[in-house]
Amino acid sequence: MSNTNYVPTSKIGKWFNDRLPLLTLSAHLQEYPTPKNLNYWWTFGGILTFCLITQIITGVILAMHYVAHADLAFESVEHIMRNVNYGWLIRYVHANGASMFFLAVYIHIFRALYYGSYKSPREVIWIIGMIIYFLMMMTAFMGYVLPWGQMSFWGATVITNLFSAIPFFGESITNWLWGGFAVDNPTLTRFFSLHYLLPFLILGLVILHIWALHVPGNNNPIGIDVKKPSKDTVPFHPYIVIKDLFALLIFLIIFAFFVFYSPNILGHADNYIEANPLVTPAHIVPEWYLLPFYAILRSIPDKLFGVIAMFASIFVLVILPWLDTSKVKSAIFRPLYKQFYWFLIIDVIVLGYMGAMPAEGVYLLIARVATAYYFMHFLVILPYLGIKEKTLPIPLSITEPVLGGSSNPSRVKNKTELHNL
Amino acid sequence: MKKIFKLLLIFVTFLSFYNQNAFSEDNKQLLKQDWTFKGFFGKFDRASLQRGYQVYSEVCSSCHSMQYLSYRNLAETGGPEFSKEQAKAIASQFEVKDGPNEDGEMFTRTAKLSDRFVSPYANEKEAQASNGGAYPPDMSVLVKARKGGADYIYSVLLGYEDPPKDIQLDDGVYYNAYMYGKKIKMANPLSEGLVQYKDGTEASVEQMAKDVTTFLSWAAEPHLESRHKIGFRSIIYLIIITFLVYFVMKKIWSRVETEV
Repeated sequence: MSNTNYVPTSKIGKWFNDRLPLLTLSAHLQEYPTPKNLNYWWTFGGILTFCLITQIITGVILAMHYVAHADLAFESVEHIMRNVNYGWLIRYVHANGASMFFLAVYIHIFRALYYGSYKSPREVIWIIGMIIYFLMMMTAFMGYVLPWGQMSFWGATVITNLFSAIPFFGESITNWLWGGFAVDNPTLTRFFSLHYLLPFLILGLVILHIWALHVPGNNNPIGIDVKKPSKDTVPFHPYIVIKDLFALLIFLIIFAFFVFYSPNILGHADNYIEANPLVTPAHIVPEWYLLPFYAILRSIPDKLFGVIAMFASIFVLVILPWLDTSKVKSAIFRPLYKQFYWFLIIDVIVLGYMGAMPAEGVYLLIARVATAYYFMHFLVILPYLGIKEKTLPIPLSITEPVLGGSSNPSRVKNKTELHNL
Repeated sequence: MKKIFKLLLIFVTFLSFYNQNAFSEDNKQLLKQDWTFKGFFGKFDRASLQRGYQVYSEVCSSCHSMQYLSYRNLAETGGPEFSKEQAKAIASQFEVKDGPNEDGEMFTRTAKLSDRFVSPYANEKEAQASNGGAYPPDMSVLVKARKGGADYIYSVLLGYEDPPKDIQLDDGVYYNAYMYGKKIKMANPLSEGLVQYKDGTEASVEQMAKDVTTFLSWAAEPHLESRHKIGFRSIIYLIIITFLVYFVMKKIWSRVETEV
């Protein structure tokens, strides 16, 4: 953390601050030196905090009216939609809020990938972020089960059945997760309990995530270390606060379009049919934000290895700081990495698309190729690129792009070009 | 600003991509209707809702339940907006089981506004037994429970055709061009002049299908009108405040030479 030599002006303030330095913390948050060339991709951290708090508030209100029981859950959701004052608004904000949360988190993650924000000295921020992301997926999955519609029930059945692939203990573990011999009321009640618990764990981790960020400070589009505070930085308040607010408002406009004008477009119609263990839906598909992982799972012919591949696809992200061997952070100065970055984005989108399609014929083939490429990107291309790639010259500071003895200064000669990166 | 437009563009592409994959397996285009309740200011056609209720009560309700609606809903704003007396009169046509009374016995009484719509069958098994094994789905959220929504319901109602020669149909199974799998266990429910509309509208099959679909859309989304109204106001408010914040941001950032 930066050294805040903050002394409260009032006597009471000083008395309190000596015992619990909340005022020092507040002062630190305000003057926290931030690189001034951060672009709008950096505003998603603030947007994500907003999303989490929105989900918690709407979720707590929903829990006041929701009944976690296999026979009553579906009806209680309809009760919220019809009879609770503005219940429809709260539920639609919560349901679409989950999608917006994931939209924002994906942008946040891919921003980090582009600008190398996961690299030294920010590995811990990245790992905490990945744990948050994993918990988010668990929370979202369990939340989707709660309305007890057809997709809730069958989604829960498919995902919990994955654990039966574990050798020897698989079946016992699955039964233990279910609280019985099939997805039923005990499953619903424990999912509700965990769905209420996990967001607070996420909140705690978000605080650690921000704390870990405030130790080295923000990365920035050029990916160089900046002196703090200096001509390269601006205080967090008001500069970053107002910029984050502006981006948040744009995000909210999109959010509002979903909530008010197509609240069900991101969900599946089948989830408005009450869960029926005797009728299997034609296609069981998870929510859109889980589709790439679903595609990886299904592209492996063996169940156990499919599950391993799915978890491995997240795990390679966790160890990414050590897979990427390049010392240069930002893709701006890595011409080859930049191309592979966009290949990866296309690859993930293709995986997502294949996750929504039936796992057969050409879809399955494409999903397999895409899965293979996904792992190749992290396990082969990134380590190799770091050694072989010829990176572009890097400026010494944000304001003074002096080049370290480079033969190609044209790239960063223009100051404004740097600021617009 | 340029960056933000880029962002929006990516977002729109993403959305259209999602839409595409959600509807790509439809092989027959649904019949599209110009529903009054679509769009930014979409509202239900009150007269159509009332006629739709008539079709529902005279035709559909003999097999299909609507268990999440109450009779009071019929008189609420944003719905068919029957008068309270009309809604009471509708409720009073039904009998519900209540109790126990002081003697510990169950009794039947006429339904009140606060009662849920009375279901035609006591339970799912009875419904199946009376309908050749097929369960007539509850209609409360039916429009939201089908891909294609109102257009789909409307299309199925008008989708009864003679089956192509190569398709063999069992007894009690009908051919429907828009139904999933093309087979449906519900006989064509609508025929010319099946109901006598109280407002004198001609009861053509298309008219009845349109009216009852409108009614079902309201039943599935009873707060749609206030959602649209609040939505429009919220978005206007957000846009105005976004502009204000934008200029504040410009002003603040003018102190440093960096562009925002």
